[in-house]
Amino acid sequence: MKAEAVYKPAATKPRLMKKLRGANENNLAGYLFISPWLLGFLLLTAWPIIQSFYLSFTEYSLLEAPIWTGTDNYVNIFTNDNEFRTSLKVTFMFVLFSVPLKLFFSLMVAILLNKNVKGMNLYRTAIYFPSLIGGSIAVSALWRNMFNRNGYFNHVLEWFGIEGMGWITNPHTSLGTLILLNTWQFGSTMVIFLAGLKQIPNELYESASVDGASKVRKFFHITLPMLSPVMFFNLVLGIIGSFQMFTSAFIITQGGPINSTYMYALFLYDKAFKHYQMGYASALAWILLVIVALMTAINFLVSRYWVFYETDGGKSK
Amino acid sequence: MNKSLNKNPVANHMLLIVFSLLMLYPVIWWVGASLKTTAEMSSPAIWPSTPMWENFSKGWQFSPEFTFGRFFLNTLTMEFWNVLGGVLTSAIVAYGFARLKFKLRGMWFSILLLTMMLPGQVTIVPQYILYNKLHLMDSYIPLVLPHFFGGGAFFIFLLVQFIRGIPRELDEAAKIDGASVYGIFFRIVLPLIKPALVTVAIFTFIWSWDDFFAQMLYLNSVSKFTVGLALRMYVDQFEIQWGRLLAMSLLSVVPSTILFFFAQKHFVEGIATTGLKG
Repeated sequence: MKAEAVYKPAATKPRLMKKLRGANENNLAGYLFISPWLLGFLLLTAWPIIQSFYLSFTEYSLLEAPIWTGTDNYVNIFTNDNEFRTSLKVTFMFVLFSVPLKLFFSLMVAILLNKNVKGMNLYRTAIYFPSLIGGSIAVSALWRNMFNRNGYFNHVLEWFGIEGMGWITNPHTSLGTLILLNTWQFGSTMVIFLAGLKQIPNELYESASVDGASKVRKFFHITLPMLSPVMFFNLVLGIIGSFQMFTSAFIITQGGPINSTYMYALFLYDKAFKHYQMGYASALAWILLVIVALMTAINFLVSRYWVFYETDGGKSK
Repeated sequence: MNKSLNKNPVANHMLLIVFSLLMLYPVIWWVGASLKTTAEMSSPAIWPSTPMWENFSKGWQFSPEFTFGRFFLNTLTMEFWNVLGGVLTSAIVAYGFARLKFKLRGMWFSILLLTMMLPGQVTIVPQYILYNKLHLMDSYIPLVLPHFFGGGAFFIFLLVQFIRGIPRELDEAAKIDGASVYGIFFRIVLPLIKPALVTVAIFTFIWSWDDFFAQMLYLNSVSKFTVGLALRMYVDQFEIQWGRLLAMSLLSVVPSTILFFFAQKHFVEGIATTGLKG
């Protein structure tokens, strides 16, 4: 078996038969092929994770060597850091509203785009377009202008007789504008829903029609259960992504007014790259990691009760 | 469901048109606003009374020394390497995971999937320190290098799914003809995964273009600025010149837009068919 580990291109007949059975391992070739990723993983992910964990117990300003301070960073964060509490609260609010809103919105759009209509490609392009450019700094600039006191959004409101205000400068609505922007960029979530919708066999709907099921019934008893694995995928990634939201908060509101949009990623950025408190920032990063891991674990646990897999042998009823 | 909904094509078209316009409305407004004066910026009209073309010409001249031409060139050069690295290495790694058997393959693949869930904040500080120690600050290397390490877990996963869909009989036939694993990769698999590679290329391009955070972290001198960083300078001014900012912002999304329209089919269908399941 050891001899097999080295791959020889000029294979002899008996060895070839063995290969056809697919029983042999090819360690050298395998590791050679995955080596770009493996190297990157070890260098830019695994090692930094370990280092970040170590740094979270130190005080480190980049100029001098890290000083071991034990659990000081964590104690400080949890007991006397108001900004930590604020940013955590803001981030949870953001996740709480933006994730379900985006999921709901993208599912509705996916259903709309799943119809057999002529020129659907054109519609898809038009609707996908905002997401394409959405994460860029350009759109953040656009958003900042549109929701100004004199911005376009207020003019639209005027048509309906509603008096506008400075949406970004008002601490009660500033986070809402960021949530709205995030929802406007529903594209990739929607595409994944669309892919899921296309995989639902048409026979299910047909046989339901024979049974005289209504559209609403079909949606709740066929579409939703069949789509639940995709929904789960989007939910997990949506939560993880929302916890790390940065660019739009950085450009549009800079965390303000009165810290109303001071997202966790923004807070961490300030600590690390403005104040150069690398140890403190690392501790913040680890707290974020634990929160995200906990949320994901809860998601996986709860998923047992609502995510439906065809291989369960169960029926959607 | 598809059938029953088709009964009413006109209503569907109406709905889709209204919705498309709603989604595109901010973009349409944007085009008009890029030609407005600051005073007109807040007027409800979509189109300015007299188009201010100098928003573009003056905006283009970023400073006496630099124009946006420089920033576009910088960004496009970076993009060239990013796309090259991403497409090349993600294909190689994906082939290894999808087709070759080796020790601990399952474990490494699970780790690959787990890294997709890792918040970038955990690694960013040590990475920054690393590049700092290697004196690679204010260079494109921290931005380009990660793309040569498999191009990102998401792309590898996408391609693994795609390669798994290719019938193994093709590999086996090539093996009988005496092809090595390398031969199979270059002559059989690589040509067949072209559509998926186009998806990887487009995504890499657009995501790198938008990856403002890393650009801000690693590039300092104006001569090396990307388009995004230059725009940020416009945003940071005490009195923002909205006309110029919006004009240059509009230009900044042109490359991604052209690419998107050019490969629209791949873009949406590409993901839809690679079997991204939960």
